Amino acid sequence: MPKDSGIGASSKRREDVRFLTGAGNYTDDINIHGQAYVHFLRSDVAHGRIVSLDTSAAAAMPGVVRIFTGADFEGVGGLPCGWQVTDRHGQPMAEPGHPVLAQGKVRHVGDPIAAVVAESPEQARDAAEAIEAEIEELPAVIDMKAALAEGAAKVHDDLPSNLCYDWGFVEENKGAVDAAFAEAAHVTTLELVNNRLVANPMEPRVAIGDYARATGESTLYTTSQNPHVIRLLMGAFVLGIPEHKLRVVAPDVGGGFGSKIFHYAEEAFCTFAAKALARPVKWTSSRSEAFMSDAHGRDHVSKIELALDADNNFTALRTETYANMGAYLSTFAPSVPTWLHGTLMAGNYKTPLIYVNVKAVFTNTVPVDAYRGAGRPEATYQLERVIDKAARELGVDPIALRRQNFVTEFPYQTPVAVVYDTGDYNATMDKLEEIADIAGFAARRAESEARGKLRGLGVNCYIEACGIAPSNLVGQLGARAGLYDAATVRVNATGSISVMVGAHSHGQGHETAFPQVVAEMLGIDESMIEIVHGDSSKIPFGMGTYGSRSLAVCGSAMVRATEKIINKAKKIAAHLMEASEADIELKDGQFSVAGTDKSVAWGDVTLAAYVPHNYPLEDIEPGLEETAFYDPSNFTYPAGAYACEVEVDPETGKVTVERFSAADDFGNIVNPMIVSGQVHGGLGQGIGQALLENCAYDPETGQLLSASYMDYAMPRADDVPFYAVDHSCATPCTHNPLGVKGCGEAGAIGSPPSVVNAVIDALQSGGKAVTHIDMPMSPSRVWSAMQG
Amino acid sequence: MPEINMVVNGRSMRAEAEPRALLSDFLREDLSLTGTHVGCDTGQCGACVVHVDGVAVKSCNMLAVEAAGCEVSTIEGQAGPDGTLNALQQAFQDHHGLQCGFCTPGMVMSAAALLKENPTPSEAEVRAHLEGNLCRCTGYHNIVKAILAASGQDVSGIAAE
Repeated sequence: MPKDSGIGASSKRREDVRFLTGAGNYTDDINIHGQAYVHFLRSDVAHGRIVSLDTSAAAAMPGVVRIFTGADFEGVGGLPCGWQVTDRHGQPMAEPGHPVLAQGKVRHVGDPIAAVVAESPEQARDAAEAIEAEIEELPAVIDMKAALAEGAAKVHDDLPSNLCYDWGFVEENKGAVDAAFAEAAHVTTLELVNNRLVANPMEPRVAIGDYARATGESTLYTTSQNPHVIRLLMGAFVLGIPEHKLRVVAPDVGGGFGSKIFHYAEEAFCTFAAKALARPVKWTSSRSEAFMSDAHGRDHVSKIELALDADNNFTALRTETYANMGAYLSTFAPSVPTWLHGTLMAGNYKTPLIYVNVKAVFTNTVPVDAYRGAGRPEATYQLERVIDKAARELGVDPIALRRQNFVTEFPYQTPVAVVYDTGDYNATMDKLEEIADIAGFAARRAESEARGKLRGLGVNCYIEACGIAPSNLVGQLGARAGLYDAATVRVNATGSISVMVGAHSHGQGHETAFPQVVAEMLGIDESMIEIVHGDSSKIPFGMGTYGSRSLAVCGSAMVRATEKIINKAKKIAAHLMEASEADIELKDGQFSVAGTDKSVAWGDVTLAAYVPHNYPLEDIEPGLEETAFYDPSNFTYPAGAYACEVEVDPETGKVTVERFSAADDFGNIVNPMIVSGQVHGGLGQGIGQALLENCAYDPETGQLLSASYMDYAMPRADDVPFYAVDHSCATPCTHNPLGVKGCGEAGAIGSPPSVVNAVIDALQSGGKAVTHIDMPMSPSRVWSAMQG
Repeated sequence: MPEINMVVNGRSMRAEAEPRALLSDFLREDLSLTGTHVGCDTGQCGACVVHVDGVAVKSCNMLAVEAAGCEVSTIEGQAGPDGTLNALQQAFQDHHGLQCGFCTPGMVMSAAALLKENPTPSEAEVRAHLEGNLCRCTGYHNIVKAILAASGQDVSGIAAE
């Protein structure tokens, strides 16, 4: 019988009511009296020297308040990078400056050159067109390997080359890995591209800066996944505003998928300009601007080699990846191809020796940073594609080859630093075979073939690492921040509860799921509990939401804080009932004395805490409010097995996803409905990457070719099927109090390889000797491959 | 600036707007009806769908002056006077047909237009109808399910939750 409340219940989302009635409060819905509007003049060339910038005609246009250029930001800090990677030789990565407005050079199409503040958005836009910018166009570097060639134009003149870092992991293992390849019975090699994507949350970014002269406090309203991180980065590194004079508010946020983690120039500009002009300044991104100013994702070019012994055991893995950083280092960009990618290269398999080499490269393109999965999709894609190719080369069943090499004993120390605490990969594969009806595939293939279509089945596994931690470890790896989170549980006098959390909900349903946890612990109704998030002046210092961390990290903090509440409440209850604290039990919102019929209700205790007339004042303080910070001892490791079935039209090369099945192990689950929704969304994005989406640049000019929804193919409702998802295989996380693992990214990590594997399977079933097609597998790419 | 009159969600409303003002901007900025969202600038995403004289339109593709004198219906006018969700809105909540909520107003308005034309659409008809509405959160699964459920069809066979 499914539960109807608390942990494990599919409670309907309370936030839906405001979103379904148009009552949401997104940043662009906020207007502050007296606000001005900013429009950014952005570079239309990929690389150029700013020869002159004449703003005089524009400044005289109607409604113009002031025009800012890079010169106004001399002496102001640049946008900081939050992660320093150390290269193979022990040297720090190359770390170029990133000015708020371009200074001297423009380095990608969309790089902001000037900012026009005016009385209306239209006036700001009109005046920006009247700025005379003379830009001497320079040769652009777009292709990563060309960018590293001798004599290539340099994105940053003050750096020795376009190489950000050359990273080896684990460097000490390189010789042993090479030796294992020399002894291998079979080696499978695959070169592939993990296509550049644009996260495309449906809400474009917005920033509003406000400055209160009375208090000297700056407020930034912004579309962010992590308001405290923005406050820290912008306050400390860019504008020099102490935290107590800077408030960052991220209200309802319309999706993020990583792209709203980062600190962006427009946020710093609006905050800076609001103070300079002593009036609020608002920026609303258009979608076109979003394409050339939101951080992009993926964009890896990789070669992966898998060594097997004569019994088909994996003996070694070796990869070489070129990772595009774009023109500047976005906030967490250096960590994505390294610590979020190399550490996952073992996947679900007990490959004993692994070496990962990553060359991060500057190019004249939009900065690239974390996008749903961030490094883990790139690792999974390489690994699960090369395993599939190996199975085909060896003539063995791809599922059997995977099962043979699964990690089966936990905890498992991988050769790439991380320790998997728990898992059961055979269980999720068993479940997948069931829900995907793999036994019935042959009949479905025959049916497709009877209609002249090719049908393919692709399977893959994935493992991911969520809730990146602990802080002392990530600090050693180069993180310039802690990765704990925090929650304050404020019990009010009448027993209702406000929980202030560092995590931020922008679609994940925290306002519904988090109260389920507290309600379960206290035995009270979920409706008595409200989640407060997104305002640095209301919530404790937490690191926000990304990396599928909210429940595993912030939820754990919430559990710890609630435990403190329970401990104190039991003391109060013991006093009220004149009993020993050790005898107090809490069940269904009632405190009782064990073995007696004495009890007091939750509300009696909370009232006593705030009206302490009959209260042990000599032992405990009045009030009932507790805060906990939680720093996990390890990552969590969700894992699963996915299957995709496609039909390929041999006449056109068009691929149709007919079935998609996902069996995930997320550990314990608080709200199954929300978890399924998270998987669905990830699958939509993963199928989009595999079949549709591609962020394309002209390789010569660096013009962004896919800069609108006319050119960038977003998945639509008729591009995807209903999905079969299952998360009944649960091995609870061993090191957090809820036993939860995180589910936000799994779908996007796990789905692309199975789609590609399925298309290859379909084509080979039709007698085509196709072993790989790069994503997105557009009809033209598939058709071309079939002709070859 | 021309003064524009229209009946919005049953109420007569009036405001001045520039001739180049889009209906979406007029609703959001001049009438403070911020439930209508703008997610792109090429008429692709559908977050801004409203009904003008009973027909679903992308309000970013229409000038405010073109809607002068028309009856406009937005997401703010869909629930009952006491705030009770209508059947379609309720189906979206019941079946988790929204996550971040940004595309939701357009999805609901677009789906309402479909169900008016075709009270019991097939799955394929729902998916085809939603061609002009992008959602990045849900992978469309629960949106399609919610619309089928709102049409009174049995969705219990569609993968759980």
